[in-house]
Amino acid sequence: MDIHEYQAKEILREFGVKIPRGGLAYSPEQAAYRAREVGGSRWVVKAQVHTGGRKKANGVILCNSENEVYDAAEYLLGRRLVTDQSGPAGKVVFRVYVEAMVTALHEFYIGFVLDRKVERIMVVASEAGGIEIQEIASRRPDSIIRTIVEPAVGMQAFQAREIAFKLNIAPRYVNEAIETILGCCKAFEQLDATMVEINPLVVTDDAGIFALDAKMTFDDNALFRRPEIAELRDKSQEDQHESRAADRGMKYVRLDGDIGCIVNGGGLAMATLDSIQLAGGNPANFLDIGGGASPERVAKSFRLVMADENIKAVLVNVFAGINRCDWIAQGIILALEREPMDVPLVVRLAGTRVDEGRKLLAKSGLPVIRANTLTESATRVVAAASASKYVHLKPANKSSASA
Amino acid sequence: MSILVDTDTRVIVQGITGKIGQFHCEQMLTYGTQVVAGVSPGRAGESVHGVPVFNTVTEALENSGAIASIVIVPPPFAADAIMEAAEAGIRLAVSITDGIPAQDMIRVKRYMLRYREDQSMRLLGPNCAGVISPGKSLLGIMPGEIYTEGSVGLVSRSGTLGYEAAAQLQTLGIGISSSVGIGGDPIVGSTFVDILKLFNDDPETQAVVMVGEIGGSQEAEAASYIREHMNKPVIAYVAGLSAPHRKAMGHAGAIISAFGESADEKVEVLREVGAVIVPGPSEIGSTVAGIIN
Repeated sequence: MDIHEYQAKEILREFGVKIPRGGLAYSPEQAAYRAREVGGSRWVVKAQVHTGGRKKANGVILCNSENEVYDAAEYLLGRRLVTDQSGPAGKVVFRVYVEAMVTALHEFYIGFVLDRKVERIMVVASEAGGIEIQEIASRRPDSIIRTIVEPAVGMQAFQAREIAFKLNIAPRYVNEAIETILGCCKAFEQLDATMVEINPLVVTDDAGIFALDAKMTFDDNALFRRPEIAELRDKSQEDQHESRAADRGMKYVRLDGDIGCIVNGGGLAMATLDSIQLAGGNPANFLDIGGGASPERVAKSFRLVMADENIKAVLVNVFAGINRCDWIAQGIILALEREPMDVPLVVRLAGTRVDEGRKLLAKSGLPVIRANTLTESATRVVAAASASKYVHLKPANKSSASA
Repeated sequence: MSILVDTDTRVIVQGITGKIGQFHCEQMLTYGTQVVAGVSPGRAGESVHGVPVFNTVTEALENSGAIASIVIVPPPFAADAIMEAAEAGIRLAVSITDGIPAQDMIRVKRYMLRYREDQSMRLLGPNCAGVISPGKSLLGIMPGEIYTEGSVGLVSRSGTLGYEAAAQLQTLGIGISSSVGIGGDPIVGSTFVDILKLFNDDPETQAVVMVGEIGGSQEAEAASYIREHMNKPVIAYVAGLSAPHRKAMGHAGAIISAFGESADEKVEVLREVGAVIVPGPSEIGSTVAGIIN
């Protein structure tokens, strides 16, 4: 789960990371008020969206007066910000953060990430902060500082000290840098984060070290024990369909094709998409219904897939282990009873209780195209989609659905 | 022969009184697995499908002489249950649970380093299908009937895609020595390399099918093992050739992720070391048939 910059900054401040003065605003009036509250004569108005690359997309605006703060907020609020990291749909700005302008002498990069290869937290730092960090990482990978955190004891002061000296931070600010690095790592561990990034971390002439930007991502699997983090979720920043699926225990990613896919397991779901493409079709989505899916969850998965107006055919491909084909079949029947399909449906069931599942479908008399193998599933659904008279979202009549 | 489990492997079920635990206990018994005890804290004295239940893993082992465990415990308690198994003396644990917090798994892996190699526990998963040695023993959640006894080893990150591969092999009359699910989570107990080693040393395994997918560096590590040590043919399929690139927050992930995480790159490194590449997900069976016949 991602959170906003201002939320990450509030969290990190509690862990001893120095943050410039700032305040959140939902309207231009509030933004101007915040500027006065923060004080000083120069501010930065920053769009609060769950994506990086805001600066290049004009999502971060320097202001020299309260009037300029007002105008900047007015410009940003309600705007759809498309950055090079946001995808073409972009993210809509509903909140702006007004922050005191800090003049940097030098900008650094520091990131904390879960490294699956060493199975530990990895700290990544670079003397070259700011927006070009990824380019530097690929051009001069040796210039990147990497440190691994031993899970039994956590990050040690000497590790943070080594990073600070390698970054060539002025000796008078080294202790502040150590506090910042250790604080971030503590926040990572104690709050079940999967990523903490400060880019840039800046050194000023006379005011010490500040985190000018902050990003945090949290482990969805650990939210059950972090209610204070779960509360920070902002659904306005998520894809509507993806978050609806997540709320129902499923993983959904929308793609740009016209064949709806309902599959169990991420690997099989990917292989199903590969098969559809190899058969000449285009998948409309990736949908993993997970393990132990109840008939109700299966029925809900149909609603998710059919909410996409591009759908011309749907494929259910379930190879049940911890799932049960009889439950899957009951779910399909439930879905079609609630809302008859107006596009062809191809169903392939295999594995646990497959005979019971197939029998249930046959007995239901529903217009289901059966497939027995992955190849059959892909070729049949691609053929069905190309032959499909596009009538989706027209209210279907019940008698034709049960014919 | 086979790897990891055999006819005489004695097994306990952790979480045996839960709905899913009960169901798969029954499936394993039906398959012929020696399920000799179950664990469910506070439920000692009960029995599930005739299998006696104990409060702790240690008690279960004292009364049954089991050496393997399948852990079917909800995510908040799963890491604890795996560490309990390691401490009690279990030598092979299969963790089925999907959704264990990543930092819990970091702790589990660190905890497991406490033991000398000859006393340590091998972990499969989490979020995996387990292991089956067809005709002998099932320690997992896979549907037993899609596996035929034979001499091809199968190892897969994804559970359901592993079933798909097994079913294709069965249709063509190709049998399996053992099939292992290693799980799809970022941090897992055993890797492709761990399982390839076991198959390499198993005299009855003639060829190995490896089913990978996008993300992580396991396939690349498997490739270097194959080049250096593998003395049997490896047939590899990598899922996700059509997968869109994920949007990600921040750069930290991209900085540490090395070359070789996309499906194309994985296919390339595996091809370079001599693995036979399966062109599409429907051709796993036919590609294997072409190699072993």
